[in-house]
Amino acid sequence: MMIGLKTAALLPTGLAIWLAATTPAAAVLAYISNEKGNTVSVIDTESWTVTATIKVGQRPRGIEVTRDGKSVLVAVGDDDTVQVIDVASQKVVDSLPSGPDPELFTQDAAGKVLYVANENDNTVTVIDLDKRTRIGDVQVGVEPEGMAISPDGNILINTSETTNMAHFIDTKTRQIVANVLVDARPRFAEFKRDGSELWVSSEIGGTVSVIDPVKKVVTGKIEFEIPGLRREAIQPVGIGMTKDAKIAFIALGPANRVAVVDAVSHKVIKYLLVGQRVWHMAFTPDEKYLLVTNGVSNDVSVIDVAAQKVIKTIQVGELPWGVAIPQR
Amino acid sequence: MIWWLIGALGWWAVTSSALAADPVTINIGYLRQAGTQATLSLLDQPSEDDGIAGARLAIEDNNTTGRFLNQQFKLDDVRLKDGDDPAKAARELAGDHAFIVADLPPDALLKAADAIRDSGAVLFNVKDPDDRLREANCRANVIHIAPTRTMLADALAQYLVWKQWKRWLLVVGSHDSDKLLADAYRRAAARFGAKIVQERVFEDTGGARRTDSGVALIQRQIPVFTQQAPAYDVLVAADESEVFASYLPYRTWDPRPVAGSAGLRPTGWDASQDQWGAIQIQNRFVKLNSRHMTATDMQAWLATRMIGEAASRTASGDRNAILTFLKSPDFSIAGFKGQRLTLRDWNLQLRQPILLVDGRMVVSVSPQEGFLHQFSELDTLGVDRPETKCRLQ
Repeated sequence: MMIGLKTAALLPTGLAIWLAATTPAAAVLAYISNEKGNTVSVIDTESWTVTATIKVGQRPRGIEVTRDGKSVLVAVGDDDTVQVIDVASQKVVDSLPSGPDPELFTQDAAGKVLYVANENDNTVTVIDLDKRTRIGDVQVGVEPEGMAISPDGNILINTSETTNMAHFIDTKTRQIVANVLVDARPRFAEFKRDGSELWVSSEIGGTVSVIDPVKKVVTGKIEFEIPGLRREAIQPVGIGMTKDAKIAFIALGPANRVAVVDAVSHKVIKYLLVGQRVWHMAFTPDEKYLLVTNGVSNDVSVIDVAAQKVIKTIQVGELPWGVAIPQR
Repeated sequence: MIWWLIGALGWWAVTSSALAADPVTINIGYLRQAGTQATLSLLDQPSEDDGIAGARLAIEDNNTTGRFLNQQFKLDDVRLKDGDDPAKAARELAGDHAFIVADLPPDALLKAADAIRDSGAVLFNVKDPDDRLREANCRANVIHIAPTRTMLADALAQYLVWKQWKRWLLVVGSHDSDKLLADAYRRAAARFGAKIVQERVFEDTGGARRTDSGVALIQRQIPVFTQQAPAYDVLVAADESEVFASYLPYRTWDPRPVAGSAGLRPTGWDASQDQWGAIQIQNRFVKLNSRHMTATDMQAWLATRMIGEAASRTASGDRNAILTFLKSPDFSIAGFKGQRLTLRDWNLQLRQPILLVDGRMVVSVSPQEGFLHQFSELDTLGVDRPETKCRLQ
């Protein structure tokens, strides 16, 4: 694989893109941000090996692929910016004016606007991705963190970790239209694809709140119970839902497990043992596999989605945190 | 900038139209004594606003949250001078402050608590570690945020035992508070399987903590004081009075680490703590106060945040609603220590992990792995329910 990569690097960029476009199945790569290593590990999801390690800024955490698949964005909190990795050259080529200590962010459907949570000054920063300029701020609660955009693009969700709310922000007016109180330290927000439910994980509260996005109220709570584990160790963080919204996976942090949840009944089906302090996750585009990052054990677990089993563990950099996989 | 302005105006419009009523105001009092204790190290000298600086940050945090709920938080500071009566001050404050954050010594704290018993107001003890305030002298209107001496001693003992440093040379100061701390270390040694091979008392003979030729004298004094000890792994110092402990490291007769009141210290908070999102509160604190955050600052932040948290959960500024929520099993607070913090219902002590710090870094966090408990591992620290002498009333 290393030889393959070197060959690809020698090819003209146009040819490399052409190759990637014609062989999409073989080219699916996963990008892992390593919080302590200040690197992004690149995993080939065919061979399940690390094919490259990209040097980035300090404390990389939130990571996403742009809608056009050309770039990977990574929030480097201690450098107060979001860096842009060029997928073709696998190098940092630019940075975005995010505001201080960015952690998580989300894009609109068109990939034109980026919304970034800035933990240090209680704001969500709005960035024009084409011009790479800051076009606005929204004042939110204390320690903004989780970010999600509704499938219809009308509502941006931001969770604030010390205020303990999901803030509903109108994407047109950039005003807060509702605030929904959830359990302590809300870290991540995820919509069902049909927009019928918004899920918010509360790390310290130990629950996932299910919110009706129309009524803007909590309609249910997913709780977790693992024999032999005390309640305090169960700390839900990352959430992944299949496109058909039937099955969800929830990373439980220092419980070292991912909960598999029936997304319709909200019942936990089983717990999958993964590495230590599991953070975030991403599906391969065919939804066959789910990759989860294990912060303390410095590895990534690969879950077979249909079988609901962990099939592989891959060593990455120091303290892996986020994961992003191009969905085209 | 323009967008920011529009955003801010928009936000104002939403809050003012959707929440047309006047905001609910929640008054929080802060009761403390003037003057600070002299410390051996200049670096440990508490600032004039030690503690209340944390409460001020929590007021900011509460008000950020309060904007979305039409709640407003106010802090009023009362400093007792020498000879002022804490009972009188507490009574006056309790008139329009249902919640009083208290940084007072044990006697004054009890006087204040008893004076406001009928007012329905509640005190939050953010500084004093005295176990007796949570045991025989516990009060139903005092919530304890500061960890106790037994919690601190147990936290250190678990680590020393994990490290296999089980033979302790215990050096105790001659003041009452030092003796109480030594009791906590004796108890911890017995609970977790350490052995105190010998005890020595370091008499406070008076004298200044700062002299121009101090180091030369100490360098001769400490090796002599610690010589001819039985074989030991670690020296544990019980010196709450700041008389000798900080003189021990690097000066003991035998080359041994020092723990307790110097060296590896157990504490509720430290300026070097940066795990579990703590960097965010450290940054906010430094930005607001232009100095580092101490344990008392953190404890005052927690007390004030608990009031804010209860107000947002109950959507109320009513003292009874807030207090009922704080005392209910539903209450928990996030305190940047990796897990939820809750109240022990038998004595209203906040359960919390304890940091072990060396003055530069967090070395470890207790409870240590493997110290199990049927209810909460945090209850392996300090006096537990079956042993308590507290009957809340």
